[in-house]
Amino acid sequence: MLTKRIIACLDVHAGRVVKGVQFVDLIDAGDPATQAARHAREGADEIVLLDITATHEGRQTLLDTVRRTARELFVPFCVGGGIKSARDAEQVFEAGADKVSINSAALADPTLISAIGASFGAQAVVVAIDARRDPAAADPVRGAQVHVHGGRRPVGRTVVEWAREAEQRGAGEILLTSMDADGTRAGFDCELTAAVSESVSIPVIASGGAGTVAHFADVFARGKADAALAASIFHFGVSTSRSLKEELAQAGVPVRLPC
Amino acid sequence: MRVTVIDYKAGNLTSVLKTLRHLGAETVVTDGDLSLVESAERIVLPGVGHFAATERLDATGLTGSIREAIARGVPFLGICVGMQWLYAGSTEAPQQTGLGHFPELCTRFAESTEKVPHVGWNSLEVRNNSRLLAGVEPGEFVYFTHSYKGPVTNDTAAVTEYIEPFAAAVERGNVMGVQFHPEKSGETGLKILRNFLAWQPRGAAC
Repeated sequence: MLTKRIIACLDVHAGRVVKGVQFVDLIDAGDPATQAARHAREGADEIVLLDITATHEGRQTLLDTVRRTARELFVPFCVGGGIKSARDAEQVFEAGADKVSINSAALADPTLISAIGASFGAQAVVVAIDARRDPAAADPVRGAQVHVHGGRRPVGRTVVEWAREAEQRGAGEILLTSMDADGTRAGFDCELTAAVSESVSIPVIASGGAGTVAHFADVFARGKADAALAASIFHFGVSTSRSLKEELAQAGVPVRLPC
Repeated sequence: MRVTVIDYKAGNLTSVLKTLRHLGAETVVTDGDLSLVESAERIVLPGVGHFAATERLDATGLTGSIREAIARGVPFLGICVGMQWLYAGSTEAPQQTGLGHFPELCTRFAESTEKVPHVGWNSLEVRNNSRLLAGVEPGEFVYFTHSYKGPVTNDTAAVTEYIEPFAAAVERGNVMGVQFHPEKSGETGLKILRNFLAWQPRGAAC
């Protein structure tokens, strides 16, 4: 049976894993290669490394980090942050990533999706969408708006429509972050996740709002998510992907166990 | 041991090469140098993306060299589209023929309420005393990402269920294929690649 994926997300800045709230007060949380290997050993189904500062000068540092992280990692490995062109993506793949996550660059130039897919396959292209419900819309969920700049600026199109376009242009997966839920630890936006998941045939990875194991069970059942991103949950009680998955299995969610 | 990895410009070889080297193999890559296939000790054909990309194997003459290597008994492993190429062809690119080592056609998953592509970790049911999958316990998981698949036949070495049962692995003699990505399948994947690297003809001296 196909299982629901728990994806461990590492935010990196200048070659180090960092933890912080809203990208402020960053705390050093270790070496990305070590942390990624630990997450894989502890049962994560996939690793996402997000370059949260993504400066031009930091590009070489990021590639070195990707290379070191990929060396001993034998689960799928996705890298996001600052990928603006097919050439940027190519360098990240050559450094050992299996997938790239693209966000604002795909909005600015949607042909980037097919350009990367043509060389590396659709499975290698994850389109990340930062979403906010639109309280003014007749249906705030189906009317949810795509945002950029950390959720501060709407780009004037709905999440469902952009997810569909991304799929048509050859995206392999959608990484959907609810900016409303992000940081609240009050649960994923299951209605929004379900609306997107039912609109596309490619997998949808839910992100933003996880605080408890029950939130994950909820986004897989009600939210129809194919995978969920786990980040701060590991700072608040749930120690590993394995223990998260053991609790999910008890709740009837199909997960990869033993792992 | 040395492994010749075929590059037909379908996706990224980095993960496969890295994993083979991690397991102690020396790797050589060819995108058209037939002598590297003629002298190959083991061959891996990776591949992601579209079946049409295998056209390059014909255009470069690699298809013929691989066919001869297989006839000589060289262990061969196809991964993902590399496995599908072992069949007669795929409905993904009907004009493009495969190697035809297995006579069936690969087809797309049937329309259903489930999503296509099939992406993620799914379990294996190993059959036929597979040598490639020796030591893989019932229900061990591997990582898939694909929309087309081979049918379950007598050559199927492992079955996976998604929408319908399909061939997760195929094996006859020295010719093996896996629909999943062993290089991305954790310890289970490493075990399978180790089995491939240790594969010897039956009766051969160790």
